Amino acid sequence: MAKVLLIAEHDGTSLNPSTAKCVACAAEISGAEIEVAVFAESAGAIAAQAASLDSVSRVLSNEATANRGALAAVLAPQIVAMADSYDYIFGPSTTFGKDLMPRVAALLGVNQISDIMSVEGERVFKRPIYAGSAVVTVEAPAGVPVVATIRTASFRAVGAGNSAPVDAVDVSADIPDHTRFIASETGKSDRPDLQSASRVVAGGRALGSEENFDLIYKLADKLEAGVGASRAAVDAGYVPNEMQVGQTGRIIAPDLYIAIGISGAIQHLTGIKDAGTIVAINKDEEAPIFEVADIGLVGDLFNVVPELTEALD
Amino acid sequence: MEKILVGLKRVVDYNVRVRVKGDGSGVETEGVKMSINPFDEIALEEALRIKERGEANEVVVVSIGSGEAQQQLRTGLAMGADRAILVETVATPDPLSCAHALLEIVKRENPELVILGKQAIDNDNAQTGQMLAALWGRPQGTFASKLEFNGGSVRVTREVDAGLDVIEVDLPAVITADLRLNEPRYVKLPDIMKAKKKPLDQIPLAELSVPDSPAIAETGFEPPAARERGIMVDDVAGLVGALNDKGLL
Repeated sequence: MAKVLLIAEHDGTSLNPSTAKCVACAAEISGAEIEVAVFAESAGAIAAQAASLDSVSRVLSNEATANRGALAAVLAPQIVAMADSYDYIFGPSTTFGKDLMPRVAALLGVNQISDIMSVEGERVFKRPIYAGSAVVTVEAPAGVPVVATIRTASFRAVGAGNSAPVDAVDVSADIPDHTRFIASETGKSDRPDLQSASRVVAGGRALGSEENFDLIYKLADKLEAGVGASRAAVDAGYVPNEMQVGQTGRIIAPDLYIAIGISGAIQHLTGIKDAGTIVAINKDEEAPIFEVADIGLVGDLFNVVPELTEALD
Repeated sequence: MEKILVGLKRVVDYNVRVRVKGDGSGVETEGVKMSINPFDEIALEEALRIKERGEANEVVVVSIGSGEAQQQLRTGLAMGADRAILVETVATPDPLSCAHALLEIVKRENPELVILGKQAIDNDNAQTGQMLAALWGRPQGTFASKLEFNGGSVRVTREVDAGLDVIEVDLPAVITADLRLNEPRYVKLPDIMKAKKKPLDQIPLAELSVPDSPAIAETGFEPPAARERGIMVDDVAGLVGALNDKGLL
């Protein structure tokens, strides 16, 4: 038996899709018994969603006012207090999990594995390094829990036909007051979420301005797609950082990814390598994006994109 | 505040295209250009700006690695850091050991603020800052894009997947720098000359009390699975046709 404690990610009201992908990863460990911990101010609806995920054997619901805002300094000691009976403690490799899991690992005195992309054995995993230029096989030491984050783009979400029991737990841990949640400023958008969208349209530096990025939004709206950007476009101030796709931004795996005016630096490609179909539109036929694109079109985006948007009517 | 400690890691330069060695024993780092990890450069820039605003008196840069990391520390001194510490070891150890070593330096130096990059672009772990904060029992403000100091606390704007989170942490604290915290300055030639005279202490890692942590073994390296080269289309009609063929529209 391999007992897995998976830390659920949520926004205070509903479960983030990253959790169902982490369950899929954990389920690949032979004999895995997967328990999902929900730390929230009000956990009911989130715990119910977690309990519906296939392969989950139990949901541990932990409600406390201090859990608001998912502060790593607040959650980590609670997770450590629960850690004893688990062989694996997993979280998603999103900003939530990346913030939290190393703090948990250090408190447990173990190293952490970042960005698991495949399960190769009981304690053997693969993970990308150097912006995905290399893949390393790692083996966690025996006798200590495996603490890891999971690269969600590498796994398909499990189904939601389960009804696992939900147990309220009361963890006794010292909660520090040196860290206080103030506010979340989330981008309000009617578009599909970049992380989970099945189609994504992304723009690069070649757009030239924030105003010109409208071309990307219009095409995305026509396709009911999420919108992403290269680091260069973020750096240039055309779009906010949460739209950045790549090594230091989002790692995504949509069915369709349309890269417009993006040259395709390795740091960007690592964020899309699991996409189903990659379309590249670029005026430079030598751009590295064409080496990975399934469909390439050499042309001036300022002509091609409006024409494409119109053609989709 | 009196002192800010900044971590600088020596890594393969951002522009180098890294390749896996033929025998799968690692990645090729022989003869490639090495630089300060870009996020650490942002961390240092932020510390220097805090000092230049009169909100801190001293900026100390620290690196953990081989003697060659002195080059990156000298660059940090040329950017404007006051002094440098090299924790010397053959190769940079795992993140938990790095965090323990940094904690030892923190105990010696007593900084009110430690700023590190959010991740190093070689191993892409994004762990050391959080681990240091945990071992130190202090707050962490990761992926920071804005810092506002107010007496004994700092308000940290964090870049998260959903947008921005704002938290307030008491000092001392650990901050990890994200891309948009600032744009690092360029080093000027006279500053490089001046930096040669600034103090750089070397401390062997073995002299610090760093407990053995159970290591994660790296058993093999391979290039990423390549995507097959696709088709080129001539125009928008061709593109729409190709997308239709794949059932994507």
